[in-house]
Amino acid sequence: MAIEFTVNGRAVRVEAPGEMPVLWALRDILNLTGTKYGCGIGACGACTIHMDGKAVLGCVVQLREAAGKSITTIEGLDPEGNHPVQKAWAQLGVPQCGYCQAGQIMRAAALLAEKKNPTDAEIDEAMAGNICRCGCYQRIHAAVRLAATGV
Amino acid sequence: MTLQSFVALREGWTPGRAAAALSAAPTALTLSNVSRRSFLEILGLAGTFTVMAPLAAGAYEPYPTGGEAMPRGLVWDPKVFVSIAPDGTVTITAHRSEMGTGVRTSLPMVLADELGADWAKVKIVQAPGDEPTYGNQDTDGSRSMRHHIQTMRVMGAAVRTMLEQAAAKAWGVPPSQVEARVHVVVDKATGRQAGFGELAKAAMDLPVPPIEDLVLKPESAFRYIGKGNVPLYDMKAIVTGTAVYGSDVRRPGQLYAVVARPPVYGGRAKSWDAAAAKAVPGVVEVIEIPGTPEPAAFMPMGGVAVVGKTTWAAIQGREKLNVQWEDGPNASYDSAAYAKRMREIAAKPGKVVRDQGDAEAALAKAAKVYTAEYYQPHMAHASMETPHALAIVAGGRCECWAPAQSPYAVRTDLAKFLGLDPADVTVHVTLLGGGFGRKSKGDFALEAAYLSKAMGGAPVLLTWTREDDLRNSYYHTTSVERIEAGIDEKGKVVAWRHRSVAPTILSTFAPAEHQFAIELGMGLVDNPFDIPNLRCENGAIKNHVRIGWFRSVSNIPRAWAVQSFVCELAHELKRDHKELLLELLGPPRKIDPVAAGIEGELWNYGDPYAVYPIDTGRLRAVVELACEKAGWGRKMAPRTGLGLAVHRSFLTYVASVAEVAVGKDGTVTIPRIDTAVDCGYAANPERIRAQFEGAAVMGQTLCFHSAVTFENGRAQQSNYHDYEMVRMTNFPREVRVHIVPHPFSVPAAGVGEPGVPPIAPAIANAIFAATGKRIRDLPIDTRLLREA
Ligand code: FES
Ligand code: FES
Repeated sequence: MAIEFTVNGRAVRVEAPGEMPVLWALRDILNLTGTKYGCGIGACGACTIHMDGKAVLGCVVQLREAAGKSITTIEGLDPEGNHPVQKAWAQLGVPQCGYCQAGQIMRAAALLAEKKNPTDAEIDEAMAGNICRCGCYQRIHAAVRLAATGV
Repeated sequence: MTLQSFVALREGWTPGRAAAALSAAPTALTLSNVSRRSFLEILGLAGTFTVMAPLAAGAYEPYPTGGEAMPRGLVWDPKVFVSIAPDGTVTITAHRSEMGTGVRTSLPMVLADELGADWAKVKIVQAPGDEPTYGNQDTDGSRSMRHHIQTMRVMGAAVRTMLEQAAAKAWGVPPSQVEARVHVVVDKATGRQAGFGELAKAAMDLPVPPIEDLVLKPESAFRYIGKGNVPLYDMKAIVTGTAVYGSDVRRPGQLYAVVARPPVYGGRAKSWDAAAAKAVPGVVEVIEIPGTPEPAAFMPMGGVAVVGKTTWAAIQGREKLNVQWEDGPNASYDSAAYAKRMREIAAKPGKVVRDQGDAEAALAKAAKVYTAEYYQPHMAHASMETPHALAIVAGGRCECWAPAQSPYAVRTDLAKFLGLDPADVTVHVTLLGGGFGRKSKGDFALEAAYLSKAMGGAPVLLTWTREDDLRNSYYHTTSVERIEAGIDEKGKVVAWRHRSVAPTILSTFAPAEHQFAIELGMGLVDNPFDIPNLRCENGAIKNHVRIGWFRSVSNIPRAWAVQSFVCELAHELKRDHKELLLELLGPPRKIDPVAAGIEGELWNYGDPYAVYPIDTGRLRAVVELACEKAGWGRKMAPRTGLGLAVHRSFLTYVASVAEVAVGKDGTVTIPRIDTAVDCGYAANPERIRAQFEGAAVMGQTLCFHSAVTFENGRAQQSNYHDYEMVRMTNFPREVRVHIVPHPFSVPAAGVGEPGVPPIAPAIANAIFAATGKRIRDLPIDTRLLREA
């Protein structure tokens, strides 16, 4: 089955079963490996991407649901790293191993696109689906706040 | 933890052999004097080495570390680690694996600063697994900075000196007239300058000066070391999604694989439906991987692999395999029954591993004996990146990309496994999406190689799914720690008996039922308390799963038990916890392991005891510091409390004070943790803080969530829904890390692991302060904390 959508502004056509999760199409067919696998069951947030501007889980959304949609992955957020969330992440030295951070950044960027100045509780709630095994939460939280208030 | 002993086990390596190899080594490289001298000191043979070159005024004399005694030791040759391009780019090789500690940045940073390089002009390349060239690369045991900070500095100083010599020669002036500054060498008399790039060729052609001739920078001249102002080298790649982890390696024509592995350790596949798997679109092949008999060490556990055009196809195919398993001897393993057995064993005398004074007699005579028993279940590392590796085995060669903590061990294992010469095997080290000890084992790389070979040399990327990671781990040991304290009429603790029962890591390598020196040295026999009668025992028990090492290893159950117990005693004796803890630590002193009655040699994380003794003064100081910062003794609201714990591990002293609030429903929130850290010289305080912030979260996770339980030999947990992690909704709101400042001369100690052990007991002690409920079993069942 051929499915067409755009990724990071580029039109793509993927030959794959419609029930394949978008995560694997991105990683193994389109070689966009910035989006990570962490659990495959929607429990960790490592695979977070934007679909039509909303944060979704790449391991949950099926390819057929992506047809005609516009997807942004971490590679497309700002390749130079100048998105306010990326800048805040760098400024506060958020990452340890870094593996979860694509998902964290995409989740945070979606939150701030929706809410300019979220409360602490709103940040907690928005980010709750994203696990960081290295335990960077304190800095993630602070970086979301920093991105919201100006880097 | 140090794996020196494991490696020794596996390679038949002994200090004697290393000493022989050292004395036979060519002496062309004068810097190797350092290695020889410090190594002989470690072995206590310094007296046999009488001719020592005189030191130049102000020359640096390294202190010895265990680095030399590691397999293939330390390399001090800057020509191995540094190159300078004509445009001035300084390329530094990182030979340790990056799994989140920042070491890939911090070690090159040390070299660069001492060299005088401008960080903006530094490029870092990652070494492949090649210990004969780079020295030991085994990235675990919180060893990277403590074993390599001196080699990095000395190599930086050597290159700086060579650049100065080259400039002096070019200008025809005495070397004393020139001086390296930031990326340039300056003629102090005339002011003329030459960039590092211009001088590079001539400088790097010079012989490496002997260490006796090197003068290191004064610490006041450091621009990066000790400052915490250098961001992660990979920061931009990480935030833009271009960083390459093991899972992200892509080669032309590659295939993707997953493996169905036996659900019971030691089991094997009897039958499976290859046709059904192959009928799944995108599945290319089904391949049996032969298992290795128990104990399997780092060899694949065997199973049935599905190779496909995408990971998803392979996963779908695996679901159709319908494998029938023969479970083998561990089929009845039940972790609840096993816990009961551990408790029974702990109730009886075990093998005595430390005997100071006469604990038996003192307990018999004591006015009161207080006893408690602590439990900790198996845990899995659950790094966000599961094990992955890509291998290409073709034409008598193997090329592998892996997130490996110990890439040279992977290389030699691959060579053995494939019947190849190690020279024909290359292991590239990717970034690691977390390691925590799991990625010290190269089994997953061997699986990938086996599959590539079976696929005629096609590149194969092997993925462990999260389910695989939790069901087939090298699990953290499970343990029962039983402590009895004898108290005299005046309320003084005069006797202490600590029995530890836990399946040993050794059992992964050879049949074994007792813990060995490395495990015993992690919080059991190295107990620092000033108690005249102190005995430690270890009961025997057989393993039924693969036991591996997990960030901070046996220190977790030991700190859990000992630090909870002290708090219990304080309550029993109606004493302030901190005051009793300080009393037990006793006056500032260095423990004498022989007088302490430790059986055999105390394992001191593989480092010389004279350099890194157990110093109760430093333990006391971190207790004082953490308590001061946390406001110990302040008045607390109902159902809130402060809890304290202190523990030395990986040669670092750590005290944590946790503040908790316990809701009516038993929910525990943690507004703050204050952690005081004495890790000797702090080379990169910013990353040290990050490590201790993260350790607080991992400690909280294991305190409330982490348990892999077994029924019928099978792990009962399979993914993050039933093996939960602390999340943004309930993380310690504020972790404040207080680093004890030291000059460079105070040897750097471990950082990656020692933050974990004090957290769980500090939290449990705080819960006790808040609710009066004492929890002795991990993970904490918060239902027990509900308000009556
Ligand atoms: S991989 Fe999608 S939520 Fe974990
Ligand atoms: S930085 Fe390692 S998992 Fe988040």
